[in-house]
Amino acid sequence: MAIEVKIPTILRTYTGGAKSVDAKGDTLSALIDDLDANHAGLKGRLITEDGNLHRFVNIYVNDEDVRFTGSLETALSDGDAVTILPAVAGGSR
Amino acid sequence: MLRIDREIYDEIVAHARRDHPDEACGIVAGSEGSDRPTRFVPMLNAARSPTFYEFDSADLLALYKELDANEEEPVVVYHSHTATEAYPSRTDISYASEPNAHYVLVSTREEQSTEFRSFRIVDGVVTEEPVEIL
Repeated sequence: MAIEVKIPTILRTYTGGAKSVDAKGDTLSALIDDLDANHAGLKGRLITEDGNLHRFVNIYVNDEDVRFTGSLETALSDGDAVTILPAVAGGSR
Repeated sequence: MLRIDREIYDEIVAHARRDHPDEACGIVAGSEGSDRPTRFVPMLNAARSPTFYEFDSADLLALYKELDANEEEPVVVYHSHTATEAYPSRTDISYASEPNAHYVLVSTREEQSTEFRSFRIVDGVVTEEPVEIL
């Protein structure tokens, strides 16, 4: 089961420069473990130490922000497309 | 150094003035690898706040799809500070994650004059750079 994962510029150091890679998993959590197995270190950039999605990144499954679809428990199936993007945010404090 | 057209510079300042006292935000896109900001793209500050800005997550995805299709990248990522200086805050630094982008900060705290400064933010390190208006 292959799922295409789009990788943002800042994380391409983990994928040898590739803009997208294939990964597998029936949930987002499993997919991220699989990604990390092939691109060591990537998981730490997506998930915090206490196991939640990092606030600095947005992950989409088929154009839906996973924060609205069950976060790391979001179910995946063959042919789904996953996009990882850095959040663009900041502020004066 | 950031080299930017006068017209785009003026649009960024106008956007910051228009949204004052809330923070304004957006990007200027350019061809991948060109380092030339050519397409002004104002974004909605989903936080609508005088101290915080964020791109709406659906807007962000739509923006990156458009950039991808055009073989563009965000050459400039800009936002305004409306009561403090045009210098990246700790929050700005923690979120900065476009290693190739020029981070432009505009301060609208003074009514008569607008501060416009540009920075590189890589791995948490801020480096100010000169701005040349073309």
